[in-house]
Amino acid sequence: MKSAILPYRIFPLGDAAITVDFGNIIDESINRHVLRLFDELKNNPWPGMTEVVPAYSSLAIYYHVPEVKKSNSSLSAFDIVSMRAKELMEMSLPEKEKASEIVRIPVCYEKEMAPDIEHLAGARNITIEELIRLHTSKEYRVYMLGFLPGFTYMGEVDDAISMARKSQPVTVPAGSVGIAGRQTGIYPMECPGGWQIIGKTPVKLFDPEKEDPVALKAGDSVRFFSISKDEFENY
Amino acid sequence: MDTIQDLGRYGWQHLGVNPGGAMDKLSAQIANILVGNNRQEAVIEMHFPAAAFFFEQPSMIAISGADFSATVNGEEVPSYRPILVNKYSILQFHRVEKGARAYLAVHGGLDIPLWLNSRSTHLKAETGGHKGRVLQKDDEIRLRKPVDLCPLLGKKEFEILPWKTDSNWGDDNHAKEILALPGNEWERLTGQSKEIFFDRAFLITNQSDRMGYRLRSEPLVTMVDEEVVSSPVSFGTVQLLPDGQLIVLMADHQTAGGYPRIAHVISAHHSRLAQMKPGDLFIFRFTDQSTAEQLLLKQHQHLLQLQNACKLKLDELLNACN
Repeated sequence: MKSAILPYRIFPLGDAAITVDFGNIIDESINRHVLRLFDELKNNPWPGMTEVVPAYSSLAIYYHVPEVKKSNSSLSAFDIVSMRAKELMEMSLPEKEKASEIVRIPVCYEKEMAPDIEHLAGARNITIEELIRLHTSKEYRVYMLGFLPGFTYMGEVDDAISMARKSQPVTVPAGSVGIAGRQTGIYPMECPGGWQIIGKTPVKLFDPEKEDPVALKAGDSVRFFSISKDEFENY
Repeated sequence: MDTIQDLGRYGWQHLGVNPGGAMDKLSAQIANILVGNNRQEAVIEMHFPAAAFFFEQPSMIAISGADFSATVNGEEVPSYRPILVNKYSILQFHRVEKGARAYLAVHGGLDIPLWLNSRSTHLKAETGGHKGRVLQKDDEIRLRKPVDLCPLLGKKEFEILPWKTDSNWGDDNHAKEILALPGNEWERLTGQSKEIFFDRAFLITNQSDRMGYRLRSEPLVTMVDEEVVSSPVSFGTVQLLPDGQLIVLMADHQTAGGYPRIAHVISAHHSRLAQMKPGDLFIFRFTDQSTAEQLLLKQHQHLLQLQNACKLKLDELLNACN
């Protein structure tokens, strides 16, 4: 199957990067396209390209201005890179053969590891059991990583358990599972955060000692399952 | 706060790992060039009050960036010059004369393990650099390629070598002017807010660190209130916070963000901005893409020329000592 050309816009992200933007929306097929472009550029980098960064519905391409200018000194590096990006958008990229495996992640939803679960259930007028059932009943797509090393932006949770983030960030322990709007995510390390914390996973999502330090990648599918406090402690 | 930094960790932002690296990469490179290192070699980035360093072996060093009034064994030594320092000497920093961050490079490089191809300290992830943290009293940092400088120094405590470069930031008349390019959400600002952006001075507040500078001025207002779906941001990206104030993202910025991107500070002015500190005021001016690139290329050329010149001088010196 070949990909259709999606409407896009190219704009500068300062003087050493461009953004290719497919609209200000969270959409699985757009995100898939972004990741296809990311793979293509990773495998076939342009001269002077330093890094590609995929997000929900946009992709940033970073470049080294003097290197890019080497190929054509009369045009600006921005123009050269924009032209290459337009050519890339015209290419039809192969669809990935198969979807990635579902990664199952244990979460303990007990109150002491879920400081906001009661508040969220109350605010949405559902029981905690129902909240857990809804959170564990769906497969989530990892749309992107960002904010911290290994922090996953996953979606989308059932509308019945969605809730806006807090107005003031608080200290969140490593492994905390949170909800922000219809996104869900896991804090890989302790840090200040504003997501509503509904549980905690014993799985280490970021380990700098490993050659591949980040456990989940954009494009992965994740499903949560509930574990007891005992199971958490003996994990 | 003193940390090990190099030019940053590239190729990992898709995993949420930000590039980090020196705040003032221009100064970090100049310090390395002066002592004959590769430009991407790790240096020590210092904020005042900075550490005192005790040399256990003769070393060739250079200090750049901020002027913290350095001394070796109590005698003043200049920035932007290579200095031979004999063993058992002490390098100290006494007061802030100018700037916010000073860099210390040592000939042969610092023996720091690589993490994801970089020696920069990642404080959030507690990895990279020296044990993933800021330097502490009694830390020992080894040199990767120690060079025998004894024949050059003899019994002298230190010697300032004859080559130098000008500190090329902060001295010109426009030091308080920061050039920027419009960001993707610039057009969301009301006409009045756009005027404020250009007319008012912006104050760097105390809530400023290696991640970003929170600025203060008259609050800015947007015409649309639509949320931005998290999208990539970069060193120099100027975001509008919900309270109408701006934040400029610096070296330890997040890889993506959802606040409107009002502007981007041009790369050639990152160094200038990195040498400003809380309490400083500056004004924004817009420029265009090709001017921004020209200024960056000029900086790049300057570094290459300096590198060639220093290499010649250093080769002469080291040959004479063999």
